[in-house]
Amino acid sequence: MKQTLVALVEDKPGVLNRVANLFRRRNFNIESLAVGHSETPGVSRMTIVTDEEEYLRRNIVRTNLLKMVNVITVEDVTDIPSVIRETALIKVRIDATKRREVMDLAEMYRGRIVDVANHSLIVEVTGESTKIDSMLEVLEPIGIVEVMRTGKIAMRRGSVTAREKNGTSGT
Amino acid sequence: MGKTLTGADIIWECLVQEGVEVVFGYPGGAILRAYDALNNYYDQLHHVLVRHEQGATHMADGYARASGKVGVAIATSGPGATNMVTGLATAMMDSSPIVCITGQVASTAIGGDAFQECDVTGVTMPVTKHNYLVTDVNELAQIIREAFYIARTGRPGPVLIDVPKNVQFAEIENFVYPTEPINLPGYQPPKNLPQEQVDKALELINNAKKPVILAGHGVLLANAMPELLELSQKGNIPVTPTLLGIGGLPASNPLNIGMMGMHGEACANHAIQESDLLIACGMRFDDRVTGKLNTYSPNSKKIHIDIDASEINKNIRVDLGLVTDLGIALRQINPKIEQKDRSAWLHQIRDWQEESNQRDVLNIESPTLLAAQAIRKVWEGTAGNAVIVSDVGQHQMLESQYYPHEEPNTLLTSGGLGTMGFSVPASIGASFHVKDREVWVIVGDGCIQMTIMELATAVQENANINICIINNGHLGMVRQWQQMFYDARYAETPISSPNYVKLAEAYGMPGYRVDKLEDIIPIMRKAQAHDGPVLIEMVVEQYDMVYPMVPAGADLDAMIRRPHPQFEDMEI
Ligand SMILES: Cc1ncc(C[n+]2csc(CCOP(=O)(O)OP(=O)(O)O)c2C)c(N)n1
Repeated sequence: MKQTLVALVEDKPGVLNRVANLFRRRNFNIESLAVGHSETPGVSRMTIVTDEEEYLRRNIVRTNLLKMVNVITVEDVTDIPSVIRETALIKVRIDATKRREVMDLAEMYRGRIVDVANHSLIVEVTGESTKIDSMLEVLEPIGIVEVMRTGKIAMRRGSVTAREKNGTSGT
Repeated sequence: MGKTLTGADIIWECLVQEGVEVVFGYPGGAILRAYDALNNYYDQLHHVLVRHEQGATHMADGYARASGKVGVAIATSGPGATNMVTGLATAMMDSSPIVCITGQVASTAIGGDAFQECDVTGVTMPVTKHNYLVTDVNELAQIIREAFYIARTGRPGPVLIDVPKNVQFAEIENFVYPTEPINLPGYQPPKNLPQEQVDKALELINNAKKPVILAGHGVLLANAMPELLELSQKGNIPVTPTLLGIGGLPASNPLNIGMMGMHGEACANHAIQESDLLIACGMRFDDRVTGKLNTYSPNSKKIHIDIDASEINKNIRVDLGLVTDLGIALRQINPKIEQKDRSAWLHQIRDWQEESNQRDVLNIESPTLLAAQAIRKVWEGTAGNAVIVSDVGQHQMLESQYYPHEEPNTLLTSGGLGTMGFSVPASIGASFHVKDREVWVIVGDGCIQMTIMELATAVQENANINICIINNGHLGMVRQWQQMFYDARYAETPISSPNYVKLAEAYGMPGYRVDKLEDIIPIMRKAQAHDGPVLIEMVVEQYDMVYPMVPAGADLDAMIRRPHPQFEDMEI
């Protein structure tokens, strides 16, 4: 299974660069990385997905991240019950005969049509990555011309927050 | 009420507040405003004008390693800053606390490829523990405080601060030195270990029959020498240091079985391979000490104590990883260490040692001067009491074998990066702290030519350093690999040298040449009587080798030994 990490980082210039640089420097592969503001001003939240499978390697990814001065906490949520979501925008080329079919499919996936033009539609869909994979599969024969996926964002289920889950100290 | 200060003043003000006595640097356009402000601070700190910014970083590093304090280097933007990269990487690999301050083009010009602009925070990101680009003069003082704090705490390391020109010019009215505690939410001091981890460690240690302590640089950095001594003494546990762990336990302590690794003592490598418990203290299982990873110490349980969590299970899988300051960990563990008679194990190690004694190069009578014997003479001539700064190559390994160190921080050497050219500048830096001992440099004829321009700095500062050039006419360590693994095809390893005696004279320092063992001590006496830098060229055997040697990637105990008629058929 892919490794999913949630990190709280100080919102300082170059932090994204530092994180990306660390992965390159340590020869780890980032599958996706999503960053945005968190509930606390000055603190950003990152969800990082790596292709590390093995437990010890995963731990090294986590501890290397934690070691960075600007990284406040890191939690590996791979094996923890969490809500993991991804959003995709999918542009499908269609003619009038296919419009209905795409709209029906979008509805089945609880997606939305967010743009309509004469020869194309944009479908927005949110869910687990497998759901998006599946949506892409069914739209493929109709004619996908553009896909944008956000990468995963994750949050632990229940009342525990990422901030409370502090790891070992940075060094 | 504070005074009105410019960013340039604040740099020096903060250095003084941090207790800095000496800085190593080189001026240039983008740092000129700061240098102008230095005029107001000459009575509070000393500036050493280096001859190359790489030298400034190694000097700061040498000063830091000798003193345990933070070393400081300063340079201009662009080429001045990029010249520091080697020194930063050297300090990073060896966890040495230095702070480098670089000038930068005006923040408004950044990104425009201005004259001598270089993305220095980008370039140095992977070779610093942390770095800063200062964009607001109001943040400068706090950033400098943070930089010092980060450099010297936790696992120490280099921090770089890039200060644009306009920030140096900007003024603060009523400057008050910040005193609030440093608040870095992502960076916390080490804590006590949970009791169950301590108990697990005790169970492993108290039940081990053939334990070995691997003592790394962390012992010195954590000042955990007394705790290491107690652990080994109480449990009768042999200790083998890494190259940078040398001095963590006195070499004369019978439980110190000598350095491990590629050119380590055979008995130490055998002990590691045969051990049933490794207790790794502040070391990181570098490939130069493990040999082949999947045959490394195959029958042992492993405890790894390190302040850096990301070192645990990085190269070697361990049974118990303890993440905290080594001193803290050992103070928790030591009280319940049981006194054990481990004499069978210690005897076995002594038997391995016996064979090494037979093969010892000190027993060889050679018509030419042998580097190992020359280095042993330096030990004799300094009563084993000097701070030795060694460079990289055969002479470095021979120093670690033939100059026994009794105390911590008396061997300064570039271990992790293996940076040729480290020793001469590092010794100059060290000489600003070391006043009660002599500083001796052991350097090859290749290495000295990498940073030889710093001889001028040594003379200008009248630095009390004694430089022994072990001249074998070759890049000896590389030649050794060619001889062993490339059928003695010596591509680009013979190297010529200037006349060092004349060169020393040209730089304005005494220079001597020796090629006989018996001449070494008398010449050392002359050097010792001289106040200021001295150079001694030791002309040694060109084709000697360093033994034992674990070939790269071989099993740790698959050592190539110095041939000896008692063990091998050999022509003499
Ligand atoms: C900057 C740098 N370049 C190249 C090397 C590779 N290297 C390691 S040891 C060595 C030879 C050193 O020669 P010398 O200073 O004469 O010392 P010796 O081995 O002969 O004692 C070389 C070239 C290095 N470690 N550092």
